[in-house]
Amino acid sequence: MLQTLLAQQAPIEAIDTPAIDWAILAPLLVMAVGGILMLTFASVLKRLPSSVWSVAAVVISLVTAITVIPLWMRVTDTANSATSTLAGAVAFDGFSLFLTVVIALSVALSAMLADGYLKREGLEGPELFVLLMMSASGGIIMSFANDLIVLFIGLEILSIAVYVLAAMHTRKLQSQEAGIKYFVLGAFSSAFFLYGIAMIYGATGSTNLIDIKNFLSATVLADDALLLAGFALMLVGLAFKVAAVPFHFWTPDVYQGAPSPVVAYMASAVKAAGFAGIIRVFVLTFEQYRTDWQPVIYVLAILTLLTGSFLAIVQTDVKRMLAYSSISHAGFLLVGVQAATDRGVNAVLFYLAVYSFMVIGSFGVLTVAGGVGDNAHTLDDYKGLSKRSPMLAFAMMIFLFSQAGVPLTTGFFAKFGVISAAIDARSFWLAVVAMISAVIAAFLYLKVIVAMFFAGDDDHGHGADAEDAADASEADADDAGHEPIDIPLGAGIAIGVCALVTVVFGIWPGPIDDLAREALPRLVAESSAFLEIGN
Amino acid sequence: MSDFLRSYLTVAIFGGVAVALVGVLLGLGSFLRPSRPTATKTMAYESGVDPVGDMWSQSNIRYYVFALMFVLFDVEAVFIFPWAMRLETYGYFGLVEMAIFIFILVLGLAYAWRKGMLKWV
Repeated sequence: MLQTLLAQQAPIEAIDTPAIDWAILAPLLVMAVGGILMLTFASVLKRLPSSVWSVAAVVISLVTAITVIPLWMRVTDTANSATSTLAGAVAFDGFSLFLTVVIALSVALSAMLADGYLKREGLEGPELFVLLMMSASGGIIMSFANDLIVLFIGLEILSIAVYVLAAMHTRKLQSQEAGIKYFVLGAFSSAFFLYGIAMIYGATGSTNLIDIKNFLSATVLADDALLLAGFALMLVGLAFKVAAVPFHFWTPDVYQGAPSPVVAYMASAVKAAGFAGIIRVFVLTFEQYRTDWQPVIYVLAILTLLTGSFLAIVQTDVKRMLAYSSISHAGFLLVGVQAATDRGVNAVLFYLAVYSFMVIGSFGVLTVAGGVGDNAHTLDDYKGLSKRSPMLAFAMMIFLFSQAGVPLTTGFFAKFGVISAAIDARSFWLAVVAMISAVIAAFLYLKVIVAMFFAGDDDHGHGADAEDAADASEADADDAGHEPIDIPLGAGIAIGVCALVTVVFGIWPGPIDDLAREALPRLVAESSAFLEIGN
Repeated sequence: MSDFLRSYLTVAIFGGVAVALVGVLLGLGSFLRPSRPTATKTMAYESGVDPVGDMWSQSNIRYYVFALMFVLFDVEAVFIFPWAMRLETYGYFGLVEMAIFIFILVLGLAYAWRKGMLKWV
């Protein structure tokens, strides 16, 4: 009996496993393995000072950034050294390396901010850092993804960790609310994204971006309804992650409730990963169908720009204000994407790199100035910040000027880049709307700056937050308003680095711009090189 | 409409018939049967025991943690079964991959254990 069964068994054929170029995966492996090891050590060694975890997270992210350097040398070595590995599922080009560095540096800076925050809130532990690194490894996967399934896995790894991070302040109700809101809406958007992948697979017969592009350039679809439905659904999923209007409704609530260092990470790395997906899928893969998706991005960009800047003005909470301002920044990035040119992608990369520093710096100042409980974020709380901590107020001024796009800061060149790319692509009205919304948003940033520097002297201004001090005695409340703020070492370094980058590269944007330029042609050349191989 | 989308028409018709069938049968039932509710009849039935308290009852948070751990390792089993069926095909590659997968899960278990999640307090 057994022998007949064995005889019936088909001969064993070994499965073909794709070749793996491990060097290309090095940044991802450092980040992911580093996170896992940290969690393991954390469970074994309990009696370590909590700053150890922060330092370890910073070191691991910096090592991740350093492993990119030899890869960058390799990719910029000759014209066609961009390649892919794992059967074409992982792209290796300047674009992916550039965004990997942006994400790794975001993690390093957020981890520095988180150290002092966790101590102040009594939440010491390695979990926040581990989740940051896990999430970042998802972001790195997204920037490397050359296959829709890989992109989806990256998106999920990125998001699931961030859902937990948003609810990290376990004793604060708003933080829990932020986590639940982000999770429910995020799960919805992931479902949209996945359904979009299914549609595109149905239309093209592949999930690999190279194969999809080859198929679309070789075949004229008689009926592209399925493909266009796939575009729409995927765009919903990605636009949610980058907080583009009308998929932005979670942003203010989540940014307000989530711990400030986490918000710094969300506004920088999550946005960068989302735009990595948008650019690789739409600008690169669906290049031929740009007449179909460009108008959609055009409208999204206009809505995002105007909604972001108008709604930011009416906010009285500085954290919510910055949440709306991050929406309007997503609009500027979409302006660059809409151009769908090399110059547009170059501008978006530059924007993402410098925006990460200014937004982490801004939320870093909020982290420190928020006080115990991370609650003191009304505009009144920021009155007279220049008296309580001149350095903090000065740094915040730099970040806000930069976000407004004032010359001699990086924000100016970032906005200049995307708007000139839009003009280059003959999207004049979009450029006009972008400039108008920049002016509207400038009003908002000036409002915060005025509060910080000019509104602290009068006692009336301070009397406005009397209800906050209802439980404290009058004298205590007055003292609290003028107490100098202690800046934790980690947060101080992070804010200092961000301010330095914002000013230095605002005067001398060449290096970052050159890197963004180098990151760009590889992206385009890579796909065209693949087309030659594919045919 | 493409052939692909037209084949979904079958699904739509099937769904429509299902909804209509249930609607007609339940509607017919409520139309024909006599309705004489009493307090005892409308009471929720729970294994012959009178229901006590509210629908929203609190339960120990520990159950939640254990359920979470259970789901984690249940899902692990789901991944391992198909792998075990095709182990010979995957060869050493599959063995190493699964070893890495289980190792990471064991690290997670070790973390939960050290955090005291396996102890019923």
